[in-house]
Amino acid sequence: MSVVKEFTKGFWQELPPFRLVLGLCPTLAVTTMAENGLGMGLATTFVLVFSNLLVSILRKLIPGKVRIASYIVVIASFVVMAELLLQAYWYPMYKALGIFVPLIVVNCIILGRAEAFASKNPIILSLADGLGIGLGFTISLTVLGGIREILGSGKLFGAEVMWSSFEPLGFMVKAPGAFVCLGFLLGLMNIISRRRPAH
Amino acid sequence: MGDYLLLIVSAILVSNIVLARYLGNCPFLGVSQKMDTAVGMGMAVIFVVTLAGMITWVVQYAILNPLGLEYLRTIAFILVIASLVQLVEMFLQKSVPALYKALGIFLPLITTNCAVLGIAIINIQEEFNFMQTVVFSFASAVGFSLAMVLLASLRERFPTARIPSAFAGMPIAMITVGLLALAFLGFTGLTG
Repeated sequence: MSVVKEFTKGFWQELPPFRLVLGLCPTLAVTTMAENGLGMGLATTFVLVFSNLLVSILRKLIPGKVRIASYIVVIASFVVMAELLLQAYWYPMYKALGIFVPLIVVNCIILGRAEAFASKNPIILSLADGLGIGLGFTISLTVLGGIREILGSGKLFGAEVMWSSFEPLGFMVKAPGAFVCLGFLLGLMNIISRRRPAH
Repeated sequence: MGDYLLLIVSAILVSNIVLARYLGNCPFLGVSQKMDTAVGMGMAVIFVVTLAGMITWVVQYAILNPLGLEYLRTIAFILVIASLVQLVEMFLQKSVPALYKALGIFLPLITTNCAVLGIAIINIQEEFNFMQTVVFSFASAVGFSLAMVLLASLRERFPTARIPSAFAGMPIAMITVGLLALAFLGFTGLTG
């Protein structure tokens, strides 16, 4: 049962980036469109699952003193793989995400999971943890991207969804819109979680 | 000379590293609650970013390019930055204890500050020469510190403001940053 628990906690209790306020740069930067949010989320999930797997396999071999450096090397290797895979098979997305693909390496969520979870837990649990947190992150980014895309350009996944006289709020797809939108979502999450009984 | 001035103004105000390029947000929001920690972090970032910008530039053009290993850039840069931070920490501890005391607790945090890696990668992508790299790295870090000091001075007033309880803490900080970014949008077009 605990595999299910580790998998599902990423969708509410520890939903990044809302409940764990980490990994903000990609969250803010690439969510001008739902599709980009989805792409970033999937790339991050790929890195997170494999780095959790490898860190968990190596958890008894890595000496405590150099563990952070080792985790960074593990994560960086998978980031390079993700970079090359995106270049080969999803080039428009690679272009759209730009500098934020190599920057997955410093996404604190991934290092955080390696240090807090994968280094202490067996392989299956670490995989479930990585997949759950990664998919939670993907959903958050897609939702945030969707909201900003609808308000900022009147579209969702590139298709017109608003009525024809709708004036797009240009600032929603710029930096200020990203911060304000995330701020309101965080506040909303606080209101909702207060209504639900604490676990 | 004019080119460099343009580069500086654009890095600090027009494309501010935090408010327009979305880099370094975690430490930006994490340690901007008080003015003195914001200043300390800002100083540490200026120091490390400028050094890291220079060293990664040399690594790219002296090691990776001649050997055809460009695809290893991400790994190489993050290793350079991580070891640089360690070295700076040890060096300051031994030789400039006063500075170490002021910056000490902020240094380890800098390894995962994506502004450092981000600026290093931008330097390469924009094909800056060495002098431009130094100027751009320094100015970007100054921009980071400016934004952080501005936010800290705003956040210090939060305790006396009436904020809805659901928005206390991170949500209101985010919205404040949004307004700050909106103000910085006003600099668009300043450098043509």
